[in-house]
Amino acid sequence: MNTVPQIFRILPEVILTVTGVLIMLIEPVMPKSASRKSMGWLSVLGTLAALGASLWQYQLPVGTAYFGTIQTDAFSVFFHVLICSIVLVSLLAAISSAPREMDTLGEYFGLVVFGAVGMLFMTSAVELLVVFIGLEISSISTYILAAFRRKSAKGPEAGIKYLLLGSFATAFFLYGIAMLFGATGTTVISQIADRLGSSHLPLLAVAGLGMILIGIGFKVSAAPFQVWTPDVYEGSPSPVVGLMSTAPKAAAFAVLLRILYGALPTLHEYWVPLLWWLSALSMTVGNLGALRQRNVKRLLAYSSIAHAGYLLAAFTALSADGIAAASFYAVTYAAMNVGIFAVVSYAGGYDDRLTLIEDYRGLAYRAPVMGGAMAFFLMSLIGIPFTGGFFGKFYVFSAALHSGFLWLGIIGLLNSGIGAFYYLRLIAALYSKPSEAAPLNQIPRPSFALLLGVFLTVAATLILGIVPGRVLAMAKAGAATFYSVSASK
Amino acid sequence: MHLVLFFIFGGLCVAGALNLLLQRHPINSALSLIVVMSSLAVLYLLLGAEFLAAAQVIVYSGAIMVLFTFVIMLLNAGREDRTHGSKAAYALGFPGAAILVSLLAYIFLSNSRELGSAELGAYIVSTGDLSNVLFRDLLLPFEVTSVLILVAILGAVALARKEEN
Repeated sequence: MNTVPQIFRILPEVILTVTGVLIMLIEPVMPKSASRKSMGWLSVLGTLAALGASLWQYQLPVGTAYFGTIQTDAFSVFFHVLICSIVLVSLLAAISSAPREMDTLGEYFGLVVFGAVGMLFMTSAVELLVVFIGLEISSISTYILAAFRRKSAKGPEAGIKYLLLGSFATAFFLYGIAMLFGATGTTVISQIADRLGSSHLPLLAVAGLGMILIGIGFKVSAAPFQVWTPDVYEGSPSPVVGLMSTAPKAAAFAVLLRILYGALPTLHEYWVPLLWWLSALSMTVGNLGALRQRNVKRLLAYSSIAHAGYLLAAFTALSADGIAAASFYAVTYAAMNVGIFAVVSYAGGYDDRLTLIEDYRGLAYRAPVMGGAMAFFLMSLIGIPFTGGFFGKFYVFSAALHSGFLWLGIIGLLNSGIGAFYYLRLIAALYSKPSEAAPLNQIPRPSFALLLGVFLTVAATLILGIVPGRVLAMAKAGAATFYSVSASK
Repeated sequence: MHLVLFFIFGGLCVAGALNLLLQRHPINSALSLIVVMSSLAVLYLLLGAEFLAAAQVIVYSGAIMVLFTFVIMLLNAGREDRTHGSKAAYALGFPGAAILVSLLAYIFLSNSRELGSAELGAYIVSTGDLSNVLFRDLLLPFEVTSVLILVAILGAVALARKEEN
């Protein structure tokens, strides 16, 4: 088992780190007038290489490295590929929409790439300290990226709000780890599960579980820890929002799956009701909040809260099907959300020319391809058949119903109805006649990078909606690793 | 003797933290933070973590706090304006914090027998033991921290850079 060199187990992370360092070294020696977009293409290359390395890891035998802190298995590969793909598309969106003369563009790409390193470590870590460091890397790079529009007043506001609340939530997460350590004397996830059975301190472990749920709940913007989401999304540049509403969340969900199913399966009678409430609250708060919004980015922020709720519903299922449904939903949500923010960053630009729903009136006439893509993503967010969103919701709620949570299914269904209302309002605006003085007139032609990014996400959403079998099989293989590991012990 | 020291410095630590929040001038807050950091170092020493105590004094009370006070003085920061805060923060925040503290106190007290007790000052963690954990078992998180620091540096440069026109 140990014939695999340890470095192979962290190969994608190493590739991305080297890419980030290269950007930091090359960018300062470039001539001042040269466009920094080449750094963007360099980071695209690095991400592609990391994606390839993650896929290559799939054929390695399952095993741990670096004294049992990192594990490569189908689960980690699944989330590695997902996160690399998200980063890829949001890099393309940034390349096309960032202003050419922006002086911090090199740092922008560097931060995205380093943030991805943290997220990849979060998904392959089986030791809570590595999880924590990965979480901090990904969080700190997103705090900084949120504040990148320094000229607008909302940019620094978004950054400060995110930093203060995020650090507060991270402290809860760290305290939870400390309590789990107090209860079991270890921070290795599989050992926590083993020792919890004979531990005399289940109450302390439950307190640790609660703290960890608060910390992760904040990172995935689940209600009641969602307050920061609309303000931060509104103030951050759109390509950044596309990234931070999907990739760090996917990584945080992977961490939550690993902790709940890998370390604390014996405490499920405590965490299942907690997640039931988190899920029901997030769905309801997100959808009701979105109804009142006129600003498109705030509307999408509330919609992301609601979708976090749908995803958490799968956690209550307590079976491999539940894990698979959650992983599958993470993929579909990422595809449609990164896609829609790629269109928003094209139409609105880096500096948000368009903000309100009325501003988007007639986008489908001015830019038929982009408008059509946005309408398609919105339909997927509603959950209309033949889109990824439909199967995502279907698997999540059938997993919850199989475990007897009828009411959660009913709440989810009602919420999907509410959701359809505000998504349709936006689609209607896209296809209504534009007024003459609309800010839409400044819209540039879509660039190659943007077309590529939007094409990839549309294709992913379509494939997930028509032939979901392949991805679902991979998600199930990932879910199975939890059960084979615990069975072999 | 150890218990007396524990109560003196534990009390000092809490008092310093409260003072940090209540002071309105940033420099006073920074000075109370030094008190908090230094009394924490004594608590670490009482628990037998001599290396950690030394590092706490050198890194936190020393280097970081000197930087803090320098920055505050260079910026010439004045007294903070006191805002009233939101009603929701008062209505939910204080009861919420009180509930959390009492819940944790209940858990620790009710489990005090299972948690066991350690004699203050009974043992010393040697630097050798510490480095075995830090550079062997937890080598990967230790190394990955460098990426974290790199991100922080990159972000500071990006956010603090002067706008060019």
